[in-house]
Amino acid sequence: MTPLPQGAGPLFSDPSANHAREAFAKKPRAPFDKLMTVAEAVSRFVQDGDYLAIGGFGGDRLPTAVCHEILRQGKQNLRFAGHTATHDFQILCAGNQTGRGKLLARVDNAYVVGLEARGLSPHARRVMESDEVEFCEWTNYALAVRFKAAAMGLPFLPSRSMLGTDTFRHSAGKAMACPFTGEILNALPALYPDVAAIHVHEADRFGNCRIQGTSVADLDVARAAKKLIITCERLIPTEEIRQDPTRTVIPFFCVDAVCEVPYGSYPGNMAYEYFSDEEHIRKWLEVERDLEEFKGFLDRHIFGVKDFTEYLQLCGGLARMQELRRQELLLHLGR
Amino acid sequence: MPYNPMELMIACAARLLEDGRSVAVGTGAPCAAAMLAQRTESPKLVICFEAGGVAPQLPTMPISVGDSRTFYKAAMATSMADVMETCQRGMIDYTFLGGAQIDMFGNLNSTMIGGTYQKPKVRLPGSGGANDLASFCWRIFVVTNHDRRRFVPKLDFLTSPGYLTGPGAREAAGLPPGCGPYRVITDLAVMGYHENTKRMEVVSLHPGVSLDQVRANTGFELGVREPLETTQPPTPIELKILREEVDPHRYIIGRC
Repeated sequence: MTPLPQGAGPLFSDPSANHAREAFAKKPRAPFDKLMTVAEAVSRFVQDGDYLAIGGFGGDRLPTAVCHEILRQGKQNLRFAGHTATHDFQILCAGNQTGRGKLLARVDNAYVVGLEARGLSPHARRVMESDEVEFCEWTNYALAVRFKAAAMGLPFLPSRSMLGTDTFRHSAGKAMACPFTGEILNALPALYPDVAAIHVHEADRFGNCRIQGTSVADLDVARAAKKLIITCERLIPTEEIRQDPTRTVIPFFCVDAVCEVPYGSYPGNMAYEYFSDEEHIRKWLEVERDLEEFKGFLDRHIFGVKDFTEYLQLCGGLARMQELRRQELLLHLGR
Repeated sequence: MPYNPMELMIACAARLLEDGRSVAVGTGAPCAAAMLAQRTESPKLVICFEAGGVAPQLPTMPISVGDSRTFYKAAMATSMADVMETCQRGMIDYTFLGGAQIDMFGNLNSTMIGGTYQKPKVRLPGSGGANDLASFCWRIFVVTNHDRRRFVPKLDFLTSPGYLTGPGAREAAGLPPGCGPYRVITDLAVMGYHENTKRMEVVSLHPGVSLDQVRANTGFELGVREPLETTQPPTPIELKILREEVDPHRYIIGRC
């Protein structure tokens, strides 16, 4: 019998469930006040060389402030999971080849570089075509399954995609025979990120979170991550959480930091709150074409501001947010 | 009524989506096709988006596969894994995929062009959910422009599976049996796949397009299904709905 094929790509994280248990054993269980600034959260919980996961779907429910702060604090040599990473990937790539060292070192690619219908990011292309970042190929579902395996406390889970393709050959997946049916499956290694950041609608100061709309892979990412930074549109009282616990989708003991960041997904979309700022995202894509112009843009918008509130001011402040809220609620269509 | 090639492609795609079936779509032309189908022959078509939107009543064209339009007045807003696993269970009939390159077996490249894998000339996004949907959905549609740059004899990278190397290859690799590429809709013609060889073949030519023209724009040998038909142009009703309800800002249909 010929051996089953294996992907030749590198594995950027440790899939061992036992090693992960050792890390989870150290996490505090008792609820305590985790409210802090984004700057403090990133400074305390994101270390150089960490494996980072970002919640949401690229430009939807994105923890933008955390991405900015990682860039602003000059974090180096991060590993990253790119499952439809669009504007988040753009922000992180701004830490490569802009004279500030190398923010991204290794990337698990499922969807990177592109911004869906908006086109490709010129700077993300610059970074990914430069040979300075190591990468490994996956699919969106494969990364979702890898997070799910970790959330379950397992070393792997099987799935049925990727088989037979170059995507598989450049991944670290391994084909296996099902022990019950003999059917060929793709074994996907669990992905336990060192740190993850997720933006939610509401959280209390202990970290109990509510999300409205699609959850993408975030409920698994939250449970898979060894450290978790939550940014929320609104901080709410714990009594409100306890009045309707069915709405809690991430429990407090998964969470290490809670940061209240209104309009925190900007320029991304936040369901039921505000639509994406397509003009601003287009601006990023335009300035990225010329590296010097891009550096100037970053100096003004990221390095020259002290926090995300100042960035929002630069981008049109409350008036702009009001317009995006109208777009989200379809009021601009006369509803 | 006059129409442009994009309107024809969307109308063609919409007619292939049978009522009561389910489709996983992205943004752009496929989403327009699904919306048109719902408003014409297939009101009970179930539309899903991979980020978690299930059976929305799309108010406008989404910009992102995960934006809030994809679950507007939806039956459910769920997770990516839930939607993909619905596909993996065999519950999703159709999907639409795109790519920079397609070969005669319907394999797609959306990962890189030229150079080497580690240092490509052009790095593209990669699979996203395309490989998963191509592995799981029963019938795979591709809507694309027709030229030799796209229709190539050999892909630079095989991102998402068509029929791989030919008959039986998908099943041998371990992919679920019985599904695979079904139609390629271009600005020149509609292609299908030969039942036995799994190679791409022309099913219908768009009005005014010759077989030679299609072959001249294809980088591999293209078969013909007899009798070769002429694509039905979009009807005035289809055009009206497409222009007034589905894409009033001409985001997609204005691309030609």
